[in-house]
Amino acid sequence: MTEPAQRTLRGRVAVAGVGETRYYRHGRSPDAEFKLALRAVLAACADAGIDPREIDGFASYGEERSDASRLAAALGIRQLRSATMQWGGGGGGCCAAVANAAAAIVAGLADCVVVFRSLAQGQHGRFGQVAGIESISGEKAYLMPYGVLAPPQRFAMQVRRFMHEHGVRQEALRAIALASYHHAQSNPRAVMHGRPLDAAAYDASRWITEPFHLYDCCMENDGAAAIVLVSAARARDIAHPPVYVLGAACGSGYRTGAPVHNAPRYAGASYEQVAPQLYRMAGVSPADVGVVQSYENFTGGVAMALAEHGFYAPDQANEFLTVENLIAPHGRLPLNTSGGNLAEGYVHGFELVLEAVRQVRGTASCLAQRRDVALVIAAPLVTPVSDLLLGSQAALG
Amino acid sequence: MDAPTYLPAGLPAPAVEPDGLSAPYWAGLREGVLRVQHCRGCGQWQFAPEWLCHRCHAFDLDWEDVMPRGQIYSWERVWHASHAALQVHGPYLVVLVELAHAGGVRMVGNLLGDPHQPVRIGAAVHGVFEPHPHPTHPYTLLQWQTGPSG
Repeated sequence: MTEPAQRTLRGRVAVAGVGETRYYRHGRSPDAEFKLALRAVLAACADAGIDPREIDGFASYGEERSDASRLAAALGIRQLRSATMQWGGGGGGCCAAVANAAAAIVAGLADCVVVFRSLAQGQHGRFGQVAGIESISGEKAYLMPYGVLAPPQRFAMQVRRFMHEHGVRQEALRAIALASYHHAQSNPRAVMHGRPLDAAAYDASRWITEPFHLYDCCMENDGAAAIVLVSAARARDIAHPPVYVLGAACGSGYRTGAPVHNAPRYAGASYEQVAPQLYRMAGVSPADVGVVQSYENFTGGVAMALAEHGFYAPDQANEFLTVENLIAPHGRLPLNTSGGNLAEGYVHGFELVLEAVRQVRGTASCLAQRRDVALVIAAPLVTPVSDLLLGSQAALG
Repeated sequence: MDAPTYLPAGLPAPAVEPDGLSAPYWAGLREGVLRVQHCRGCGQWQFAPEWLCHRCHAFDLDWEDVMPRGQIYSWERVWHASHAALQVHGPYLVVLVELAHAGGVRMVGNLLGDPHQPVRIGAAVHGVFEPHPHPTHPYTLLQWQTGPSG
């Protein structure tokens, strides 16, 4: 038996619908986390014009608590055929979850898969605070007693080393934050809508962990977001122009997970070997990408991830990362056009996937001039990471 | 009266996993000795500990005594408290140290002294053992101070 000619996701699967709840400041959601998940799933199905009972799979990541079987029972779906969870506790899986769902459809395991993330930090505790732990073992035993407790402290030394090796200045990080806030001012969904940020306010903001100012760090929010994936053939029947999966990739390089900051390539975002795989599957190059959503746990990780996706050499980060270059519609590379994790809503990055769909559809609040090919980069600096390219019919050629 | 520690009491205390993988490391620190895994098969140093040598796949690496000296590979100054025990403490320094005598493996610790001091990547540091008396599970941390030796 011979191998199929081409093993790929390219053009085989499309996003039929997107939906989300309102995004709240952490602890402000009137709804329980599971109720948020249900609302997002129903909204995505309504957008797709698909009866929620037709869903036959769920995919998520980041230790999602809204269990697939409970969702299936609550929604009364007829049959559950695919239920996949991406390993890794952080937002590194927000694109891998889409890839896993798409792979299930391509392989014939399921026909209509919802990919989602729901998060009520008020109900379940904040990522940015550690409490109630008297003793700790494993990797954290070498970190927490020294005050390396939460993500800002976990990632700042990686970013510091990157800045040291490549002469990256604070202004480059600042431009990423300012671009997100700029875009959020046009997005009524954004938690920071109506709360503009300028360079002086960034510079004056307190340090969280050097080199991260307050505005270099993502928000913590309550909310849920979902998309509906179907086969490309099925997508032709829906109301919206189909948004195709061009490619997806996931993983990390040699010993990225070596514990206690012992990754050989320490000053990296974990995309060095993942990004080329993505471009290869999608059949595009960085020059073809018109708009990028790049997960900001911290701005520094975005600076690293964009370099690893081929938009500039690390030594050119200062020149590339300017506000002018990063804002829609005319910047060289419009970035985080909804406001992203910094200013729209932190739904563990899944809101970035929805924004990429809106760019390709032409319904985003800050449209990029070129948006036939939209890139999503999941959380940098962790392992496994993942990324995703979405595109229009025109992008498929 | 106990000797002061760099960070206040109340942070999570290190504990050996149920499978005992890191027991020699934490026991060593309590004795004032830094022990790092060293593969008798291929000579590879390894930290944090693992059951297997990542280079030659030999199991059960030796634990070797290592001089706690190295240089700062990266650093951070923490201002925002992520734990109740740090709420009124003020900024503190964390360094990632590349060990000179253990194949360049890296360890995380605090940089002792003025938390506002300038920190330079590449600066030489030496280890300082910091005991934490605890009624049920006392432990010792390995901290760092600038300068080649104590």
